[in-house]
Amino acid sequence: MSHDPAGDDQHGHHDHSHLEGMELKVRTLESLLVEKGYVDPGALDEIVETYETRVGPRNGARVVARAWRDPAYLERLRQDATSAIAELGFTGRQGEHMRVVENTPEIHNMVVCTLCSCYPWSVLGLPPVWYKSAPYRSRAVSEPEAVLAEFGVTLPEGKTIRVWDSTAEMRYLVLPERPAGTEGWSEERLADLVTRDSMIGTGLARAAGEVS
Amino acid sequence: MNGPHDMGGMRCYGPVVAERDEPLFHGAWEKRALALTVAMGAAGMWTLDRMRFARESLPPVQYLSSTYYEIWLAALETMLVEKGLLAAAELDSGQASSPPVALNRPVADRQGMAAILARGGPVEREASRQPAFASGDRVVTSDTHPAGHTRLPRYARGKPGIIAAVQGCHVFPDSNAAGQGENPQWLYSVAFRAADLFGAGIHEVFLDCFEPYLSSEGT
Repeated sequence: MSHDPAGDDQHGHHDHSHLEGMELKVRTLESLLVEKGYVDPGALDEIVETYETRVGPRNGARVVARAWRDPAYLERLRQDATSAIAELGFTGRQGEHMRVVENTPEIHNMVVCTLCSCYPWSVLGLPPVWYKSAPYRSRAVSEPEAVLAEFGVTLPEGKTIRVWDSTAEMRYLVLPERPAGTEGWSEERLADLVTRDSMIGTGLARAAGEVS
Repeated sequence: MNGPHDMGGMRCYGPVVAERDEPLFHGAWEKRALALTVAMGAAGMWTLDRMRFARESLPPVQYLSSTYYEIWLAALETMLVEKGLLAAAELDSGQASSPPVALNRPVADRQGMAAILARGGPVEREASRQPAFASGDRVVTSDTHPAGHTRLPRYARGKPGIIAAVQGCHVFPDSNAAGQGENPQWLYSVAFRAADLFGAGIHEVFLDCFEPYLSSEGT
């Protein structure tokens, strides 16, 4: 994956005057909708704050860490991921019908939405721009090895890649393989190893030595 | 609809570029675009399926040159005008010039919205018949090219696959987006071989396919 610190047009983001134009356009629309009585500004703040402060990949990391430590929890995740995830308090929008797909020594899972931007919000929050971008959406299904290489991920020979295209309302969370050398670690410490990308399948969990 | 949104398998978009230390939002307007889209969705004037169809029905050049929140915003404007909530002239001028219309659901306040977000919008429904397929069945996807909304991507049409799981009976987006009701259908996880989909590759691709997209292999 090439990095682009400038955040320029490759992301489809535009120049300053365009940004000002969008700010004005959205402010105007919000005023209209508030004036008409269609939306409550407090409700709008609630939506933003929910995804800025309460719902994000830290939720998913807790699910993964619990599954690594607790075989009974892992079994519940396999049987009914929506309920098992709800046990930790993670429910709601774009997480109504969850499935957890497990990475193993034989299988690596990777999630995409080729048709739009479906993503398991309740456990990962809002998707990054690259997940919603044409390059990822177009190529994840047809050449996942090449996409993984762009993320710096090379899988061992013989591992099968399974790509999950989220074409309905099922939402997929990848359960990455537990890194070696983490026996006896607390759930909290394990959760620090679980990156967002490892739960999409474009990354792996951090190695034990990568966190203190 | 065979539109620009149906991107699976295309080769023209170059490498995946991830922004380093990407912020959650690029500019305050993205926060409000998200919030307005979610809040107006909760008013019950359209379904998520209808909204997805509005997004994918944007002019192709606009769709491909817009960021995702720009796409959301443009489709929100489309739906607001289509449902008569705002007049096009009001969008242009920024001045309200017509009385509001009644929403299908009461306007949520802050607390109400927290409950709506936590509840989400489950789409699983009571089934009126048994599923036609079971895990392990060999199926072929239909080779149709509907003008309306569908969730069977082009790259997976007319292709052989194997039922990997029965996922319950869900609202059928093709009907729901067209205003024809929920028309719930059995949903299956179907496994495809990359070589069958793209002529090459050793990976597997799993799609969620509604029963009307599938027939038994050999029929």
